Amino acid sequence: MIFYLTALIQGLCLSAMGLGIFITMKIFRIPDITTDGSYTLGAAVTAVLLMQGWPLLPVIGLTIVMGALAGVMTGLVHTRLKVDALLAGILVMTGLYSVNLTLLGRSNIPLINIDTIFSALALFERQIYNELWVGLLFLGILSALLAYMLRTDFGIAMRATGNSESMTRAMGINNDRMKIIGLAIANALTALSGFLVAQYQHFTDINMGIGIVLVGLGSVLIGDALISWLGIRHIWLQLLFVLAGCILFQMILAVALSLGVNPNMLKLITSVFVLAIVGIPRLARRKQL
Amino acid sequence: MIELNHITKVFNRGKVNEVAALNDVSLRIAPGEFVVLVGANGSGKTTLLNIISGAALPSKGTVRLHGEEVTRLPEYKRSRWVARVFQDPLGGTAPELSILDNFRLAALRTQRKKLKIGIDEAFKVAVRERIARLGLGLEDKLQQPMGTLSGGQRQALTLLMSVMDHTDILLLDEPTAALDPKSAEVVMETAESLIRQYNLTTVLITHNMRETQRFGSRLIQMAQGRVARDLDRDAKEKLRLEEMYEWFG
Repeated sequence: MIFYLTALIQGLCLSAMGLGIFITMKIFRIPDITTDGSYTLGAAVTAVLLMQGWPLLPVIGLTIVMGALAGVMTGLVHTRLKVDALLAGILVMTGLYSVNLTLLGRSNIPLINIDTIFSALALFERQIYNELWVGLLFLGILSALLAYMLRTDFGIAMRATGNSESMTRAMGINNDRMKIIGLAIANALTALSGFLVAQYQHFTDINMGIGIVLVGLGSVLIGDALISWLGIRHIWLQLLFVLAGCILFQMILAVALSLGVNPNMLKLITSVFVLAIVGIPRLARRKQL
Repeated sequence: MIELNHITKVFNRGKVNEVAALNDVSLRIAPGEFVVLVGANGSGKTTLLNIISGAALPSKGTVRLHGEEVTRLPEYKRSRWVARVFQDPLGGTAPELSILDNFRLAALRTQRKKLKIGIDEAFKVAVRERIARLGLGLEDKLQQPMGTLSGGQRQALTLLMSVMDHTDILLLDEPTAALDPKSAEVVMETAESLIRQYNLTTVLITHNMRETQRFGSRLIQMAQGRVARDLDRDAKEKLRLEEMYEWFG
């Protein structure tokens, strides 16, 4: 039970990143790999500031700002220099590795005997229930804010930008600026996942972001498959299914581990699993034709 | 008022596939004038429309809209004056967004898109009333994604969207090219009625000679990137269909 509860909490912590990838991949149709760097950036900023005794609110604020800056960088490279979005993301992600290493000062920082968001907002005696409730609270707030934003006039403009650029230009929308803002929001959300995970696992490691984009991608794809299957149009329901995808993905990995799969094989399993999510529907469609 | 002064547009300059799409074109289109633009494929019609809307910037020359110099102004900023209906019904709307969301964006074309929910009951009623006037039965399908509609329905709605916010200039780029004759009729009737109602300065590109005869107060024929003929209302009305066909060889 505790094992699966841990997977659920892990899923909740990574859900902010899932929401970020939903914005870039499903709303803007941009393959953004900055995620790997901005996730570690969020964790690195959190670890360094908490170690220096900063209170949690400014740490959250600075994590958001730093993540957003990473997204802005990718956005500027993509829109101003007309570099392909994939390459722009790779460039910024690679650059962020050095930034993160410089911030950390070494390859990892343990967060032992430090007040975390989970202990600061503790309601229960057992730590795991506090982690669960804080994860739910955090995600509840983020999802509500994002769902509200996407229903506003600005949010409609944002959703339209990924849908038809010729239309949005004719509607007075600066597509480039909109993409930069979208990437900033997405990477700020990803950095917030780094913020949560660093405190949940009590350490930040320079390599913790490697391949994390695939976890987010798989989660969003699961959510998207459910959205398409059920024909869901309401944006807040779509966000809910993305969150469900994040949790489901972690659950599936947990099941794999519980079946005795070597943890060293976890990245391979993640890749194969995402490949299956992408590939099986395509094979099924081809068979129907 | 649209003023084009000595506009030249060269694509792929200095390369083997260099093309001069427009060659020293000067035009003045008065407020409320309805210009029909005809010409063979590659004559520069769409490039001219792109130069007016800002989708393409001229290699030489200047563009003025309502007396304001806008030559280097990007398309999204020119939307303050200009509304456009694309040849492809997919181009003028966001297919995955609902009809209502599309109309909300259209209603804010010249305004800032703020972080507030603007679709309220009053807005829904206003959109429903406008759409009902089209007689296409779409007024009760406001939550339906735009992409599920037929090309004709989408073009008719795009026209309606073009006057949701303040509009001076309407650019129609072969709006009926992808439509069946009945849908084309609905779209052109809608266009004519809106142009009259809002006294819009309009440029219509068409390959349909009957549309050329029926609509507009001025006829311009483009050939090889230049204005080959510029006929006022009287000359246009006297023109026979056969004569127009002869322009295209």
